[in-house]
Amino acid sequence: MRWKTDTYTGWGRVHGATGALARPERASALEALIAEEPAPAIGMRRSYGDACLAQDRRAVDMTRLDRVLEFDGETGALHVEAGARIGDLLAVFAPRGWLPPVMPGTGFATVGGGIAMDVHGKNHHHAGSFGQHVTEITLMTGAGPRVITPEADAALFKATVGGLGQTGPILSARFGLLKAKGDVMVVTERRVKDWEQFLTLLDGSDATYSVGWIDATARGPALGRGILEEGETGGGLIKPAKRSRKVPFDAPGFALAPPIVRAFNQAYWRRVPEAGRTSVKRIDDFFFPLDKIHDWNRLYGRQGFHQFQCVVPLDQADALRNMLVHIANSGFASPLAVLKRMGPGRGGFLSFPMEGYTLAVDFRNRPGAVKLINLLEGMTEQARGRLYLAKDALATTGRIRAMYPDHGAWLAEVLAIDPEGHFATDLTRRLKLRETT
Amino acid sequence: MSDTWIILGATSTIARVMARQLAEQGAHLVLAGRDMGDLERSASDCSARGAASAQAVAFDARDPESFEGALALAETAEGAVNVAVFVGSMPPQEDMDADPGLIAGVVTDSFTGPAAFLTRIAPLMEARGKGCVVGVGSVAGDRGRLGNYIYGAAKAGFHTYLSGLRNRLGRSGVHVVTVKPGTVDTAMTWGMEALPFLAPPEKVAGDILRAVEKKKNVLYTPFIWWPVMTVIKSIPEGVFKKLKI
Repeated sequence: MRWKTDTYTGWGRVHGATGALARPERASALEALIAEEPAPAIGMRRSYGDACLAQDRRAVDMTRLDRVLEFDGETGALHVEAGARIGDLLAVFAPRGWLPPVMPGTGFATVGGGIAMDVHGKNHHHAGSFGQHVTEITLMTGAGPRVITPEADAALFKATVGGLGQTGPILSARFGLLKAKGDVMVVTERRVKDWEQFLTLLDGSDATYSVGWIDATARGPALGRGILEEGETGGGLIKPAKRSRKVPFDAPGFALAPPIVRAFNQAYWRRVPEAGRTSVKRIDDFFFPLDKIHDWNRLYGRQGFHQFQCVVPLDQADALRNMLVHIANSGFASPLAVLKRMGPGRGGFLSFPMEGYTLAVDFRNRPGAVKLINLLEGMTEQARGRLYLAKDALATTGRIRAMYPDHGAWLAEVLAIDPEGHFATDLTRRLKLRETT
Repeated sequence: MSDTWIILGATSTIARVMARQLAEQGAHLVLAGRDMGDLERSASDCSARGAASAQAVAFDARDPESFEGALALAETAEGAVNVAVFVGSMPPQEDMDADPGLIAGVVTDSFTGPAAFLTRIAPLMEARGKGCVVGVGSVAGDRGRLGNYIYGAAKAGFHTYLSGLRNRLGRSGVHVVTVKPGTVDTAMTWGMEALPFLAPPEKVAGDILRAVEKKKNVLYTPFIWWPVMTVIKSIPEGVFKKLKI
């Protein structure tokens, strides 16, 4: 049977949908499906909000189309089906000295999702976004597969990269893997005592991979304290992975009560010695630290959670500091908070990155946190910053339009290839992204 | 020297996952089936994941002439030759009740086609004195049920054939594993209602390769189907004929 009715959610588990899902295993099955009953493609549903949902409608689960179609061991050029998971590619190719060029915070994300969200990784300041590495995309259209390249189909390509799947399902893509010295990471962790030092260290870092963990509960002189992690690939021997664990049930509300989070963050910060340390880590532990705990989203309880993620231009660092003050005073933050300096690289009209600083903080879903996020979104807009649609569950149409000036160019391409709106998702409907005014 | 695995029905979900696991072990793979475009994609995947070689070859259980490609590759393969059979077809029982002409095709796909291939390749395997046959049957072959007894009958025939083949090939050092999967999360079962103990294909493929290693004769996978089918098989026919399970 082609369709199966199921109930599913985004990663944050705030938004959910009940609808018909197909899960083709062959290109020919996807082709027939898109010709007869077109629907948006979804992957591993790692988008936090509603980008991967279609309430009362159809959607196509792409996860069984996950094969490597071509790999050139000389150049690293790779052709894969869109349902392939980025972490799976890392596991296959890292032992041979090749890494996916850009890796988001979870290895469960698919190549198709990585393109549709134009994801960034810990090397964004050097390597740019995922979509910038893609040299060819095969879209599945009602008339069969259509190959597009950045050269021959510039506008459609830029509407597909970061395009939320609105130009149609991606069957496969080509991109180059990056040559690595080996399949282990040499990681330096530094304790950062406050906000000013954090910015100085981020601005001065020339490591290939860098990311900051920030204690979003620290206030006063400790505001903005955290840990800066810098990584380089290296060769060497390391213990095999421990078995991954699973969160067996939804955590109760008090698990993330402010005193507990504060105590956890304090201990987590002090874990790194004052003078810092350098250690060798497994490559997947460095890139996908949370993937070892399956279903960690259940730690936020039944109501789910929101991740607020914004980026602001370099000259708006003070605005970001103000946001952090609000977050720290609220007591709503969870231990998961990340600060990173981004480069200018972005591959599509609706891509998130801009040169500046990006802050991401998780909040358990409750009224106070939602109010706080609304405030932070307003501050982001004022700072000429941007919200990340892969994370968003709460933004409004006007705000997103203001943050994405190339929306019109994107929409023109989307309407040309899908005038009837078959590929619309709950996110594009909520934010009215497919409407002209 | 790597073993060669000939996988019949290699486009099926479990076969695809098992081919990938064999590729990671560095096997030579012959992926046989009807959808050549899809088989080529799987062959590329297996090559990229470490297979010593991987090639797609046309095979149709209903066309004995199509057996030649895979048989020729078996002749030239060095080292042990193994065969895994995943072919089979399961139209809804109602469709077959309405059109008994469909029955012959189901029996050919699920039983006589693969049996004819295995009988052709058996002397080669006997001559090599090693290797194994994996025959994928079904728990549906353990008892004729209202819901799909024609498919079940074909699989039961295949089980009996495999039992005999084991008896024959065991004498020359070739092992035969009969696999009886329960419901597996595949393209075939997608959208079917309320399936008990639905297993991911990765688990079933892993179980099969472990059974090969341990030279098990009959494998129920997931294991829960062994007690379930033991109970179902023990129900007296007088009672069973009144049940709808």
